[in-house]
Order: sequence, then C-alpha cells, then structure tokens
Amino acid sequence: MEITQEQKAFALNGDEAIALAIKQSDVDVVAAYPITPQTIIVEKFSEYVADGEVDTEFVCTESEHSALTACLAASATGVRTFTASASAGLALMHEILYVTAGCRAPVVMAVTNRALSAPINIHCDHSDSMVERDSSWIQIYVENSQEAYDSIIQAFRVAEHPDVLLPVMVCLDAFFLSHTLENVQVLPDETVQKFVGERSIPLVTGHEGKNVPFKLDPANPLTIGPLDLYDYYFEHKRQQEEAMQMAASTIVQVHDEYGQLSGRRYGNGLVDAYRLEDADIATVCVGSTAGTTKSVVDTLRAKGVKAGLLRLRTFRPLPIAEIRNSLETVEAVAVMDRSNSFGGNGGPIYHEIRHALFDAQARPHVVNYIYGLGGRDMPQSIIRNIYTDLQEIRETGQVNSYVQFAGVRE
Amino acid sequence: MVNPAWKFTAAEIAEKPELFTSGHRACAGCGPAIALRLVMKATRGPTIATNATGCMEVVSTIYPYTAWKVPWIHTAFENAAANASGIEAALNAMRRKGKLQTHVDVIAFAGDGGTFDIGLQALSGAAERGHDFLYVLYDNEAYMNTGIQRSGGTPYGASTTTSPAGDLIPGKTQFKKPIADIMVAHDIPYVATASIAYWQDLLIKARKGLEAEGPAFLHVFAPCPRGWRYDTSKTVELARLAVETCTFPLWEAVDSEYILSPQSKIIALKPETKKPVREYLKMQRRFSHLFKPRYGHMIDDVQRSIDKRWNKLLKKCNILPRE
Ligand SMILES: Cc1ncc(C[n+]2csc(CCOP(=O)(O)OP(=O)(O)O)c2C)c(N)n1
Ligand code: SF4
Ligand SMILES: [Mg+2]
Repeated sequence: MEITQEQKAFALNGDEAIALAIKQSDVDVVAAYPITPQTIIVEKFSEYVADGEVDTEFVCTESEHSALTACLAASATGVRTFTASASAGLALMHEILYVTAGCRAPVVMAVTNRALSAPINIHCDHSDSMVERDSSWIQIYVENSQEAYDSIIQAFRVAEHPDVLLPVMVCLDAFFLSHTLENVQVLPDETVQKFVGERSIPLVTGHEGKNVPFKLDPANPLTIGPLDLYDYYFEHKRQQEEAMQMAASTIVQVHDEYGQLSGRRYGNGLVDAYRLEDADIATVCVGSTAGTTKSVVDTLRAKGVKAGLLRLRTFRPLPIAEIRNSLETVEAVAVMDRSNSFGGNGGPIYHEIRHALFDAQARPHVVNYIYGLGGRDMPQSIIRNIYTDLQEIRETGQVNSYVQFAGVRE
Repeated sequence: MVNPAWKFTAAEIAEKPELFTSGHRACAGCGPAIALRLVMKATRGPTIATNATGCMEVVSTIYPYTAWKVPWIHTAFENAAANASGIEAALNAMRRKGKLQTHVDVIAFAGDGGTFDIGLQALSGAAERGHDFLYVLYDNEAYMNTGIQRSGGTPYGASTTTSPAGDLIPGKTQFKKPIADIMVAHDIPYVATASIAYWQDLLIKARKGLEAEGPAFLHVFAPCPRGWRYDTSKTVELARLAVETCTFPLWEAVDSEYILSPQSKIIALKPETKKPVREYLKMQRRFSHLFKPRYGHMIDDVQRSIDKRWNKLLKKCNILPRE
C-alpha cells in the first residue's frame, strides 16, 4: 500500500477533527447528548446533518443514558454507531457501558476527558474514563488532535473486527486537545471509506440451531441480552476477556495498516516509546502531557541525562509485555496520573505499571505523581522536577515518597 | 372497529403462529404474559421487540432458552424507549442507504416500574423525538420481579413490600399516576388503554398503535396473582371487574382526541351498570386491610377518586359536557 499523497492539512481542534472522522467513516447512527467540552463534536456533526453532507441518522437524545442505549440498540440491529461524552455524561452512561460490552456491540465513543464533580469543573483530567477501565471497553488515549482523527477511524475497524466485537473509547484531553487548533492532515473521503469498509456481521448459532448473523434481523430472530445465570454468565464474561486479548493484536494490525496508508504511526499502536532505548530514568503518561514531556526529555538529553518517556496509547487492553520490555532496563520510573484512586495509594496508571513490572528481570523503582486535576496546567518545570527526583532516586537508591501530588498547593 | 383484513376473529387468531411462545416461566395466571402474547398476535409483519428489565424479560429469556420468535433485545430497566429509538434509527439508516426494503415494526415492552417511574424520561424523550414505535406498558401495578414493591402505578391503599399495610400507615397513601394521560399530553398520534379481559379490543388497539406513524402508547391492565394476592384462576375476571368498576376504563386518544371504547361506553350510557369498587377490592388480599373497620373510610376514598377520574374522562370524551 502506498502512502496517500493527497492528504490535506486543515486547522482543526480535536473535537472538529473527530466530527470530520465520523463524517468520513460512513457511520449509520449517531446518538449523543451535549456536555462541555465534547459539545463541538455534536454541534459540528449536527451541521453536517443539517447541510445534508452525511446520510447518518442523528438522534439527539434526552440524556447520555439514552444516547448510549440508542447506539447499543442500533449497533445490535447491525449498523455502525458513534457517540461522544465526558465527565458527568460518561458517569451517567456507566450502567450501559457494561451492557454495551456485554452485548458485544462495537460502538465507538469519543471521550473528551473532563474532571468529575463535585466541585463541578469542566476542565481536563482523566477521572471520568479511568473509572470505566473495567467496563470491557477498549481505551485509546491520544496525544494530539491528529491522533484523535486517526484513532477514531481505526477504532471502527478494531471494534467491529469479528475476533473483537467490543466497544472502543477514544479519549482526548479536554480543552488542551478538544478546543485547541492544530494542523490536522486529513485523508480523502474515499480513502477513509475504503479503509473502514462495510461493517461485517459474524455468524452465530441461533436458538433454532441455525447459523445466523449476530444482529436483530426479522429473517433470523435472535434473543440478545437475556437473563444469564450462574450456569452460563461466567463463560460469557470469560469470552469478553478473550476478546480483549484479541483486541491487542487487532489494534497493532489496524494501526499498522493505517500507518502504511497515512504515513502516521504512534509507536506500535499500544505504546509509544520516546528515547527509551538506553534511558536510565523515564516517565509514563497518557494523553497530551506526552507532548510537553517529550520536549523536556529533549532538553535533558541535550544535557547528557538519559531520560525517556513511555506513553501508553492503549490502556485497555493493558499492553503488559510492551510495558515490561520498555521499562525493565530503566532504573527509576515516574508514573504521571491525571486522576486519583482515593485511598488507593496512587493513581490507576501507577498501579498498573507496578503490576506490569512486578515480574520484570530487573525491577525499577516506580513512583507516582498525581497531577493536573481539574485542568491544572502541567508546565515543563514540574515535569523537569519529576526527572530531577528520578535522578536522585537513581543515584541514592532511596525513595522518600512513592506517591506525590505535583503542582498542588500543599 | 375490527378491520376484517386484520383477521382478528377468535378462529383466525388461534391459527396465527405464536411469536411469544409457551414454555416461558411466568407464574400460573400471569396477566402480563397474556398481554404480551396478545400484542404479538396483533403484529402485521417483520417486527423487532425490546423489553425493559422486569418479570416479562426474566421469565421469557433465561439463557439458553427464549420464548421469542421475533428478534428481541433487553439492555436495562429504564431505557426500553431508548432501545426502540436506536432500533428505529438503525432501520431508517439502512433504508436510506438502500440496505432495507421492507418495513419493520418496533415494539417496546415495559412494566409499570419501567414506565411510570425509572423509564419515564427515556419514554418522554422518545415520544418527543417522534420515533415510529409502539410502546406497550404491561401494568401489574408494582415491581413484581423484585418482590412486589410499590411503583407510581400502584393504586391507593394497596399493600406492597415497600408500602406495607402497617399499624400506622395503611398501605400506599398516594394515587396512581395517570400515565396514559401524560402520554396523550405528548401529542403523539395514538394512545390507548386496554385490558387482557377484552382480547379483541386489545388486539385492535395494538394494531392501530403499530399502524400509527410515529410513537404509539398502549397501557395494558394486567393483573398479577402473585403480587395482588388472589387465586390464579381469577386473572381475567379481575381484569374485567377493573373495567366494570371504572377502576381502569378503556379508551383511545387518536391525535389527542379521547374516544371511549365500547366496554366503557356501555357503562357511560347506562351509569346504573357501573359496579362499586368494593367488589373489585375485596377479591384481592393486597387490599384486605381496607376491610377492617378502622380503614373503612379508605374504600370511600378509592370510590371517590374513581368517580372523579371517570367523570373527567367522560368530559374528555364529550359524553359529559366540558366545563
Ligand atoms: C437501574 C436499576 N434499578 C433497579 C433494578 C432492579 N429491578 C429489576 S426489575 C425491577 C422492577 C420491575 O418492575 P416493573 O417495571 O413494574 O416490571 P414487573 O417486574 O412488575 O414486570 C427492579 C426494581 C434494575 N434492574 N435496574
Ligand atoms: S410475579 Fe406476577 S407478573 Fe411476574 S410472572 Fe408472576 S404473575 Fe406474572
Ligand atoms: Mg410491574
């Protein structure tokens, strides 16, 4: 496959980039409910509908609960669906997130990561999606608006893959990405349409013993979402876990195929390592903070400090092997969490990185910095301090404090 | 009026294949199961059904078994109307893209809990958006699946497990929410009440609801022997008595114009045939405490509220002069 030459650069914010990706991805049903900072996605898409630029059925529901329900039911009817939400909206969807995954409906959702109430706050942190990490949704965290655009297009292929059939969240940082203009390279409509293709519906054995398409089809009646007790429920949950494992290789494969088409790659699709090969110290993060951190790494490298960064692009499924391979030769690792697990001794990414490294050959020191809650800025100076702490840990072999809050008034 | 083309005579209905089949695990004498079976007999072609959480979902689909011969989906308790919205949207999208040629009807089933209470928001939203679907409320007047708790549809005085008749409080102290009137107020094309005791009327109304273009709402009165505490053989008798006492009058609202259905119209024209509610209450042990002397006044309260709502209905139907 050749890299598509005729890509055009548009000045788009993250939300607009997502709306455009949806427009190009031949989505049948969009059901959504507005919430800052996701609103631009819904508004922009409404304009496409109003101007007849898409033939999507747009359902402007009375709540996020109904928005996700409508996407799930439409998806179960066999079509491609999309929704978007954040914060309180995502929390209101919580019940249906699990139902969507359990019904194996490949819904794609953009989450513009925003803090949870109370106190009410519209700005960026990852509390809203991190709390849903066990919902059996694939979670991809993007670094910039370009990646948001690219990831949405890839998400349909991943979600709808017959080995996967799980919903996907593409998470982007509120305002830092959702509302900030960036030059986004856009593929031609036909290229995207060809890449996403038609949604394929796998065959399953129906109640009458026939192989039938896995959807609500009057010609081949199926019962979806039944009561499922202790004699089968467990196996169905086990199948979801297997699908998550399949998702990892599917993400890599789809990401690679898209990379060949667009010329853009984000690590291997699961993790994006930056100057890590020979690093002594490293940070780990998700989202737009990676951009700022890369520039700090460059400055440190120029001074001879062997600093690196591991950005997790995919948080679910958790790329255990990649995390271990990337970090086991590093001596001190700082995990930066933009959310907190109250009373849990650190943030969710910290817990999982420590978990991934527990069986590593040489186990690095792993510390945690909770930062940026409620949209608090994460300037280079704070990130530099974190690397300074890591140097000290490396030199002394001592950790004074495993979990700290960075950039907070104490 | 029965349209002969609908083939709704007893003989014809018996011939029609069951789409909600036997073998499900509802209790003996279950009113809601009769409601679902009848509604499915009124279908006119390809149909997709969805069900809120509740007795009917639980008894009909214990994996790997199903009582449904049509495609069917359950997702949660409070969102039957949102399921229907999504299915209808998907069908529209497929039709627009030339991937679907036939018409497919969409029916949402939900209990009183899933409709009067937790599902009202989704229902109101779907009605306002104008999705083309039939919403069937099977009303057994409490949360039966979870053990007979009160709902907004539980009648005044009824003892339930969360409104028990105690020494201080004599069962539920609030009246039933007029849910069908609330749906009429949404200005949707078709709203009707029906009872499992009048099967042909129910079939006709279900079919009219399916044929209406846009949202249709069918409120089906469906006694539950388990929750109402009566003998399982009395389900149909009780449902009939609810109509004869005007506890549950039968009517339609076509484009928001109220019309009394024949079974209730007879009573309107011959008011002396209207039976006292006492007869209806005394058959059910959920009301047994009302027959103790200290709560006797409550039966009068029930009768007064029935009379008041009945008169209001007669005015809406232009049988009594409107104020
Ligand atoms: C969000 C949520 N809250 C509570 C429940 C528990 N629940 C399941 S069914 C039900 C009651 C159903 O009552 P109704 O809608 O009247 O149907 P019925 O069981 O009487 O047929 C309740 C409370 C649930 N499943 N989901
Ligand atoms: S409890 Fe009532 S509604 Fe539920 S299955 Fe039994 S009879 Fe039917
Ligand atoms: Mg009920």
